[in-house]
Amino acid sequence: MTDIVSLTLHELVAAMEKGRVSSREATAAYLERIEKVDPVINSYVTVDGEGAMKAADEADKRRASGQRTPVLGAPLAIKDLLATKGIRTTCASKILENFVPPYNASAVEKLLAAGAVILGKTNMDEFAMGSSNETSHFGPVKNPWDITKIPGGSSGGSAAAVAADLCSAALGSDTGGSIRQPASLCGIVGLKPTYGRVSRFGLVAFASSLDQIGPMTKDIRDAAILTGVISGHDPKDSTSVDTAVGDYLSGLEEGVEGMVIGVPKEYFVEGMDADVESLVRQSLKILESKGAKIKWISLPHTKYAVPAYYVIAPAEASSNLARYDGVKYGYRDQAVQGLSAMYSNTRNKGFGSEVKRRIMLGTYALSAGYYDAYYLKALKARALIKRDFVEAFSEVSVIMAPTAPSPAFGLGEKIDDPLKMYLSDIFTISANLAGIPGISVPCGFTGVGAPVGLQVMGSYFGEALVMRAARAIEREVGLVGVKPEIRAIVG
Amino acid sequence: MKLSLEEVKHVASLARLKLEPAEEELFRGQLSQVLDFINTLGELDTSSVEPMSHALDVKNVFREDRQEDRFDKQLWKANAPSQDYGHFRVPKIIEG
Repeated sequence: MTDIVSLTLHELVAAMEKGRVSSREATAAYLERIEKVDPVINSYVTVDGEGAMKAADEADKRRASGQRTPVLGAPLAIKDLLATKGIRTTCASKILENFVPPYNASAVEKLLAAGAVILGKTNMDEFAMGSSNETSHFGPVKNPWDITKIPGGSSGGSAAAVAADLCSAALGSDTGGSIRQPASLCGIVGLKPTYGRVSRFGLVAFASSLDQIGPMTKDIRDAAILTGVISGHDPKDSTSVDTAVGDYLSGLEEGVEGMVIGVPKEYFVEGMDADVESLVRQSLKILESKGAKIKWISLPHTKYAVPAYYVIAPAEASSNLARYDGVKYGYRDQAVQGLSAMYSNTRNKGFGSEVKRRIMLGTYALSAGYYDAYYLKALKARALIKRDFVEAFSEVSVIMAPTAPSPAFGLGEKIDDPLKMYLSDIFTISANLAGIPGISVPCGFTGVGAPVGLQVMGSYFGEALVMRAARAIEREVGLVGVKPEIRAIVG
Repeated sequence: MKLSLEEVKHVASLARLKLEPAEEELFRGQLSQVLDFINTLGELDTSSVEPMSHALDVKNVFREDRQEDRFDKQLWKANAPSQDYGHFRVPKIIEG
């Protein structure tokens, strides 16, 4: 095996199945590549080489004894807001810089039980608040396709690690686009499942009514495999749903013939990058030629999604992040006298700028006299956005749109303008507000070689259909296996 | 609409954030800009719309009230910034 690291997860597991490579060899190959490449990309916050090799040996033993799972021995990366027992979990924040969880997140537990190998924890925007990975306490991640560009966020480390072959696949989380937008900008596949499909137990909470864990992978088949492994009801998360996990694999290759694809006119707005628009339109033409029916639709409340989100998400965050008080775990400012000064100083020094901005925004929206005007109003707008989707899905099978309005932008380009940054998620936020599944699949490159993603959204628990439609595009554009040349490394 | 400096200070104190003066000024401008954007929600007629706090229809979920020893206490304590005699140690609570 010459190039183990470039294989998709299912190719790697198949190679292990045939005895061509062991998990030990694959894990060692990834660790070696991380050591060589990641000083430039900065996709990992913590690499657990020793633990990974131990887990790899264990997986090889399990395989030798006849055990089989779809991820047995596959080296994965985990976004650093999923609790991993014994491996520090920082949320890319100073306030959790040295936090070592005494338990595993349920999604992580399911992967470990199936024999996956955890290579390490990936970089992200602090507490998942950001669209560029620049708010990390551990420095920005670089986009493997152009290291002067951002990888997207907040799961920028997971996206870059998958794109740069620094893992076979990764987990991310998506509150307003944090899986799909970086997947689009890094040229990989990223799925946000239906809210409640994957247990959030052990996912450090940002906005509890919006957060969802999902796979970030080299192809759709890998996304289907991982979704199958991590999904399911969990008594530890009372919002996880007790409906049977779908069969995401068997219908994957069935194509789009007869499928009605809705295209919302509100997602083709002025100011959208011309290359993005033409690549998305081209994808729709391809699908039409494969027998899909393209139907232009309207989601009339789309323009209210971003403003509603920037009330609801910060409101939930201001409450969720109240727990960081320097008492039981995390950073504490030791320099001051008295409990209340300790709280305020710990929080001011422990949180970065964007996190503080959102706590302030959420606190303001929930404060006396403003609750009805902001929070209640936003919840009503949310109901209207959901209604748009429910009505649309009575007429169409899936909805397609761009994932992001532009390809990756430059490092530093938007970091001083919060509102501009917030608008990077203009096409992804609605799916979180409604709670429906959405996927980003690579559909081409801009003139300067930046990857662009096509977004497919589906109705509640329609992951199988969403992945089948996305797979049709993946098969036609044939970009699986097209890799970035990481210029600063080569030579 | 521009937030006043007093409003920024008040919200920061509610959120237990001791902001630096320069941050107060910065956030004052940025938050005002974001709030102006959020105020576009005011255009919507929501008089007949029920607020939606959750994506799916959820109901209360109950479980047996049974004690479980889920976590190793030593691991929790290892994360504490300050501890003594098996307890979390905090600065003096009653001041003055």
